[in-house]
Amino acid sequence: MAVFTLWRKIRQVGRTAEPRPPHPGGLSCPKAAALRGSVQVRHVDAGSCNGCEIEIGSAFGPVYDGERYGARLVASPRHADVLLVTGPVTRNMAVPLLRTFEAVSEPRIVVAVGDCAVNAGEFAGGYGVRGAVADVVPVDVDLPGCPPEPAAIVAALRGFTGR
Amino acid sequence: MNGPALAAIAAQLVVTVAGAPLLVGLMRQVRARLEGRAGAGVGQPWRDLRKLLRRPPVTPRGTGWAFRLAPLLLVGSALVLAAIAPLVTVASPLDALADLFAVVGLLALGTVTLALAALDTGTAFGGMGASREITVLALVEPTILVAGFALSARVGSTNLAAIVTATLHDPLRVASPASLLAAAALLIVVIAETGRLPVDNPDTHLELTMIHEAMILEYAGSDLALVELAAAMRLTIMLGLLASLFVPWGIAGASLVALPLAVVIFVAKVAALGAGLGAVEVFVAKLRLFRVPELLAGSFVLALLAVASSFFLA
Repeated sequence: MAVFTLWRKIRQVGRTAEPRPPHPGGLSCPKAAALRGSVQVRHVDAGSCNGCEIEIGSAFGPVYDGERYGARLVASPRHADVLLVTGPVTRNMAVPLLRTFEAVSEPRIVVAVGDCAVNAGEFAGGYGVRGAVADVVPVDVDLPGCPPEPAAIVAALRGFTGR
Repeated sequence: MNGPALAAIAAQLVVTVAGAPLLVGLMRQVRARLEGRAGAGVGQPWRDLRKLLRRPPVTPRGTGWAFRLAPLLLVGSALVLAAIAPLVTVASPLDALADLFAVVGLLALGTVTLALAALDTGTAFGGMGASREITVLALVEPTILVAGFALSARVGSTNLAAIVTATLHDPLRVASPASLLAAAALLIVVIAETGRLPVDNPDTHLELTMIHEAMILEYAGSDLALVELAAAMRLTIMLGLLASLFVPWGIAGASLVALPLAVVIFVAKVAALGAGLGAVEVFVAKLRLFRVPELLAGSFVLALLAVASSFFLA
């Protein structure tokens, strides 16, 4: 029976989540003070190569378990407090990114995840690229790296949740 | 209305409002532990609600009164249900209202309000979610009613408190075929109505598979908090009703003395049901949308068999 196989696997594997690292300390953004332990995150891919997406996926996977600090990925920008924007902003994604930003209610925090989002990286000056995220929407926190490690993404989110 | 009765109603309201987010947190925590994660803790839904309540709601362009009223009506209908349903006590002065039809009607009122609000947003996902929710509702309501008839036929009343009292006086009823079939039918229906796996996935980010989640995509801030609180309360109330109808022991009568114990037993029963549901959700995948009517038709057949056996085998 598939159920028993799965149950045995659950028993064998036990807890996959790594022990909780010490809190990076303080809030990484003054706007996060109102959130108090609960951060809803909407991820926007503005033209990324999907390297950062894999790392964001891992940050919420069983090993890093971003959810234990009170951060959760949500399905709608209306539910979100934080936008994780990845990739250089392409011409086609500039308007959708702006609309997503406007759909988030105040106070809203924008995180530029990865080198491309911070300064357009490898793709700066490309004919299809509008620029870095900060050229389209105001960015509160930069998270450099190509791609940033899941631990760095989790640390940034813990800076918002304060847990 | 006398003191003990008011205390009983207050206890039911406080336990359902305060406990509903904790139940959702418990179910998420059980799932997280079984998936090898640490989990955010049982109190996380309350932290989310506390934050959302202090954020301003957003009124998307083009939405009208249906969108603005829905969260209030949804919470209102859930509060009325929490006050009248026989969850902690069977001697509430509002018991006369706790008729099977009234409870089903109040549940449907909440669902239909939210579906209208989703249509009001005019987005593709809102309309899709509303049409799916109404499809599920149309298949779920007859099953609740028919399964309820299987229980009420022997009591001679569709009053839920009367059914629970009759079961208390005659415990062997629970083991009768009619009762067992009705329990199975109602369990499936509760899962469908509250949007849990395998009918709907409450944690999904894929708009194309959403039912409940697709309807609330446009809500923000305190409106979203109300919708989420109401959804959690409906889950608590339906699990509580299931517990009261089929495992009624421990429910309080007219006396005030039994009330604290009844509250503790109610919390334990609902927590056990919720934890079980959360554990089962780890093992099942979401059904294809076109298979959902088959599952619900199966539960309707169970309910029909329950009614038949309550007449022929009783």
